[in-house]
Amino acid sequence: MTLPPLRRPRSADLTATFAGFPLPSGLELPPYRRRELLLLSYAGVLATAALAALTLAHDGAIGFQVFTYGLGFFSLWALGHLAVRRFAPAADPVLLPVVAALNGLGLVMIYRLDLAKADAARRAGRAIPTGAAQTQLVWTLLAIAVFVLVLAVVRDHRSLARYAYTAGLAGLVFLVLPIAPGIGATINGARLWLQVGPFSFQPSEVSKIILMIFFAAYLVNKRDVLSVASRSFLGMKIPRARDLGPVLVAWLASLGVLVVQKDLGSSLLFFGMFLVILYVATQRASWVAIGLALFMLGAVVAHSLFGHVQIRVDGWLHAFDGDNPSDTSFQLVQGLYGFAAGGITGTGIGQGSPQRVPFANTDFVMASLGEELGLTGVMAILLLYALVAARGIRAALGAKDPFGKLLATGLSATLALQVFVQVGGVMRLIPLTGLTLPFVSYGGSSIVANAAIIALLLRISDAARRLDEPVPDAPLFDPSAVSESPTQVVKTT
Amino acid sequence: MNTPVRKVALACMVLFAALLVNANWIQVGQVDRLKTEPTNARQITERLERQRGGIITGDTQLAISVPVDDEYKFQRQYPAGQLYANVTGYYTLFTAAGLERSEDVFLSGDDDRLLASRVTDLFTGEERRGGTVVTTIVPRIQQVAAEALGDRTGAVVALDPATGAILAMVTSPTYDPNTLATHDESAATEAYQALAGAGSQPLLNRPAQQTYPPGSTFKLITAAAALAAGYEPGTRVPAPDELTLPQSTTVLPNFDGETCGDGRTDTLIHALTISCNTAFAELGIELGGDVLRNQAEAFGFDSTIEDFPLQQARSIFPDGLDGAQTAQSAIGQFNVRATPLQMAEVAAAIGNGGVRMKPYLVSELQGPDLKRLSRTEPAELGRPVTPEVAAKLTTMMQSVVSSGTGRKAQISGVDVAGKTGTAEHGVGEAPHAWFVGFAPASSPRVAVAVIVEDGGGELGTGGAVAAPVAQKVMQAALDTQR
Repeated sequence: MTLPPLRRPRSADLTATFAGFPLPSGLELPPYRRRELLLLSYAGVLATAALAALTLAHDGAIGFQVFTYGLGFFSLWALGHLAVRRFAPAADPVLLPVVAALNGLGLVMIYRLDLAKADAARRAGRAIPTGAAQTQLVWTLLAIAVFVLVLAVVRDHRSLARYAYTAGLAGLVFLVLPIAPGIGATINGARLWLQVGPFSFQPSEVSKIILMIFFAAYLVNKRDVLSVASRSFLGMKIPRARDLGPVLVAWLASLGVLVVQKDLGSSLLFFGMFLVILYVATQRASWVAIGLALFMLGAVVAHSLFGHVQIRVDGWLHAFDGDNPSDTSFQLVQGLYGFAAGGITGTGIGQGSPQRVPFANTDFVMASLGEELGLTGVMAILLLYALVAARGIRAALGAKDPFGKLLATGLSATLALQVFVQVGGVMRLIPLTGLTLPFVSYGGSSIVANAAIIALLLRISDAARRLDEPVPDAPLFDPSAVSESPTQVVKTT
Repeated sequence: MNTPVRKVALACMVLFAALLVNANWIQVGQVDRLKTEPTNARQITERLERQRGGIITGDTQLAISVPVDDEYKFQRQYPAGQLYANVTGYYTLFTAAGLERSEDVFLSGDDDRLLASRVTDLFTGEERRGGTVVTTIVPRIQQVAAEALGDRTGAVVALDPATGAILAMVTSPTYDPNTLATHDESAATEAYQALAGAGSQPLLNRPAQQTYPPGSTFKLITAAAALAAGYEPGTRVPAPDELTLPQSTTVLPNFDGETCGDGRTDTLIHALTISCNTAFAELGIELGGDVLRNQAEAFGFDSTIEDFPLQQARSIFPDGLDGAQTAQSAIGQFNVRATPLQMAEVAAAIGNGGVRMKPYLVSELQGPDLKRLSRTEPAELGRPVTPEVAAKLTTMMQSVVSSGTGRKAQISGVDVAGKTGTAEHGVGEAPHAWFVGFAPASSPRVAVAVIVEDGGGELGTGGAVAAPVAQKVMQAALDTQR
């Protein structure tokens, strides 16, 4: 398939920043990619500075290797940049650098916690444990490989819609996989992982994406039926149950599996994701109302049925009750003490004691960052995530096809929701559930899956920033898209 | 389709706004509460990692922080071991007590008075360091007092009557704070649990934290009330061999069935000298419970000392007494309770011409550079008796030591004033042995209170058991140049 021309062609002198790098023929490179490279270099400087601050605090001096590591980190993400240059030259220039910055901060914090563990082991005379940072670096490399692969393979996101039912089935299979004997592994009381050699992988992260593709494709296909053929109830339009059948089955199945696996966070995330995408597809607020009602019901039922849900809620409501909070809320309270120790400006990287908080480099990595970077750092990180979500939704607004819109909105909202559930849980805004902080937490599946999400968002953004196609080959599933497309003016700002 | 997408975007931004508000709430609004949560071990550890200021007295280090090569960087040490444990308290991984607790903000370097040095540190890159607390304890007197008490259960307090400075404060048995300050968490926990559970209560600072029936030492207060009411040392008061208490069949005898004076009356001074129970019981009935309580409260009963850096128990003179209870209270029995520190204050106030000085333990605070930042000025707490009454009481107390029950407190060449006490506390228990007093009588340099619980295990009186301890402590105080 030939790509449509860029919307705003630029003169040749603005094109290749890297002379000699192979560019798609017949395309002129807009300045987006140079902006991306510039922003990416900021991210590299940020990560290098953080590492330098850490080495200074820990060793009292900055060695030359800090710059080597910094350059290596930058080069890693520059690979991603080159792939965007090659495969999605018109895509949003902000997403990739923001993600790189988050990843850099995460890597430095994971390394910082490694150092604390190593110091403690050295003092106690134990063997020094293997560092998590090296593993995470390998995963980052893998994530960038997946990122490049997704950009290279998925040349047109609309083609994904063809695999709707395959994706739905695969998503469920991925969810069930950890229960399978032999490859499934139980970590921290939840059976969510696949164990292959030293690497463990959480397949629900992957099924999050492919189920999203299924939801989006299916709902685009059915959205007319869903929004038109409906009865009125209490002033709201209620869709017919049979139109929703497959989606409900997929949703209930995924929730059921998650409940069996005791993965509260992912259940919440899938639910929210489903609700958002349903709302956007049908434009019916009634879905939100029904969804929230279902959520309340589910929450009450889950609370009375499952001990682990009760423990989470009790730990949240009564975090500080009793002399020693070690009963149910020890981790949460330790995390809050970490935030408090950080205050507004933080202790500085390497100068706090985030290792006191359990799971300091995974679930509670935000508490670690909050302690050493303070409120300032926490707000900056939250704004970076908000920027990712905003840019993703902007791609959705610009997308010319309903599937792209739905997919981009769903992916962005999922990311925002994941950050909310994760950070909100750690900061005691909502009950604590086990989710990872995208790009920052230690954990392979999370960063790989989220890198794929960013690749998809860039793909949709790239398509959105090109001129409208003259050929009306847009409708793959949705006949109404044909009648809509001429009137759908995409504003560029 | 863009309208719902925009609404989703709005919802996402609301979620982020909620997170941002929440982050501000926790890291700014709730910071103080979270930092002071009792389960927040960070605060203690954070301060453990700094060079905490020392607690010193003169040239003697009571508590110091020495650099060590472990995760807390500094180890708190108490070089004198047990000797000052009740004064310094302890500073552990989990908690703190004593001066370590009450002066924590200063010792850890967070006090505003250390602000100037903190600002300098900011520029010179120095780690924040704590200030030094200087106590009023005199090592020589403390040492002698601890040795004189030996392994008997009890307490010794020595005050400077003119200022209220605490010269010695000994409790027995006590503990070694080094066992609690260890960085080995399980060893520290084990040591703490052993001390806290021990029946001998080694963690109790008896001089200030424990109340006892004052017994005959309370006769000083009854005598003060009598002198204030117009009695003279030579006034003859009724002193039968046995006194049947009003509205009861209880018979109050004199100690060991002794006879006071001529068997019917005795002079006030002689009654005090031989510690005549019936005379003071009669006197108490004559004066009435309210007069006694007012006098006791003027000396500090029913109240605690403000800003005192160690935990205190309140000395009590009961309310609403009937005749029999008044009689017993007048000789320091029934429900009258006093701390050794309180009884030392009584002696000090009498010795100081009736002026009661506020006891204090911290003489000055120094910055990390050992520059003096503040100094405790002696403060007057009140005048429980007039100078005339104080002078008469002093004469009477001298008589106790020169020719009465307190002869074992005599120091050659020095006039000592004092009063013994042998306090009953339960049927079948050996009585507590008390001695309170001061020396030299004319212009005292030291006032003491000594209690040996249960008379040290033998059936000993205050004069036999407690007076020799007081004698050694006063001797040491007089020998020490201050």
